[in-house]
Amino acid sequence: MISEQNILVLIPAANEEERVGDVIKGVRKYVPGAKILVVDDGSGDGTARVSREAGACVVSHPFNMGVGTALQTGYKYAVQNRFRYVIQLDGDGQHPPSFLPAFIAKLKETEADLIIGSRFLQGRNHDIPFARGAGNALFAKLVTLLIREKLTDPTSGYRALKSTALQFCIQDTYGFDYPDADFLLTLHRSGYRIEEIPIDVLPRRGGHSQHGGLKPVYYTIKMFLSIFIILLRKKSVQKTP
Amino acid sequence: MPPRLKVFVVLIGLAIFLGIIELVRKRKLREEYSFIWLMTGFVFVLLAVESDLLTFFSDLAGIALPVNTLFFLALIFMMLLCLYFSLRISALTTQVKNLAQQLALLQSKTDSHTSNAAN
Repeated sequence: MISEQNILVLIPAANEEERVGDVIKGVRKYVPGAKILVVDDGSGDGTARVSREAGACVVSHPFNMGVGTALQTGYKYAVQNRFRYVIQLDGDGQHPPSFLPAFIAKLKETEADLIIGSRFLQGRNHDIPFARGAGNALFAKLVTLLIREKLTDPTSGYRALKSTALQFCIQDTYGFDYPDADFLLTLHRSGYRIEEIPIDVLPRRGGHSQHGGLKPVYYTIKMFLSIFIILLRKKSVQKTP
Repeated sequence: MPPRLKVFVVLIGLAIFLGIIELVRKRKLREEYSFIWLMTGFVFVLLAVESDLLTFFSDLAGIALPVNTLFFLALIFMMLLCLYFSLRISALTTQVKNLAQQLALLQSKTDSHTSNAAN
């Protein structure tokens, strides 16, 4: 049995003042007993103020450090405050809070340490830009090949973590700018289990995507390098019960 | 090495040496980082004054002109120095990230206590 009081809903947000309020309201509707934490990643707008007004707890970075670090701050908060489960969703409104109950149901029934909301399970095929879709498919195939378990959406940010995975993510060995394929590969090699559930995503309603400009090029090169290095590393960090 | 170049290299080496001493004296450069730069100045002067040493290294590496050996060594040294600083920056990036996270979490805790006390 999972009590909602043991769940922290984590929302990393950077300059999302126009969207984050609705996300928080949506989370409140579907999991009223859970605590909501917004990690404001050095926003220059009113993201922190809007989040507080909507009833969320806010941790503000003094400057922008990227989504990977924002998530780790949330994980550290969860461990410090003894939350047993974290469900994370983006602050830009693309992840519908209506899937939160599905994540909780999956947390109840599974032995997995990490659950990923996949846009491509059960015949789902979202209308995402060609380059991004191709990149996701490529890394999904690569991770599937390396861990010998089927993963369809390694870049999805809609995820749920159990306390076992949280303990892994608060360490300095978690140094992921974008905790995607390389993160999942590291987690799996350390003995953690990963499963997926089907989700839908909504189109972005404005603001700036973290994947704009030349970032996809940097992302792809960095991800390949990161995966290559992980394969060369010894399995130093192992799952702690 | 031509005499004019020798004088030039010696002057550069001495300028580096004195400049580093002055930066350390004014506390703009930490002693731990000054050592590597002082050694740079020293090697510059040594190779310029002791031309035989430079010729020896040139013969060893199969370089025809000793002055090219000087440039080659300087290039290798600069690359190693850049690598060293990249290592330091990587370590500092992790430290800054951890400090910023800790600051943000503590600030959130303080704000929460303050608002609880106000209510």
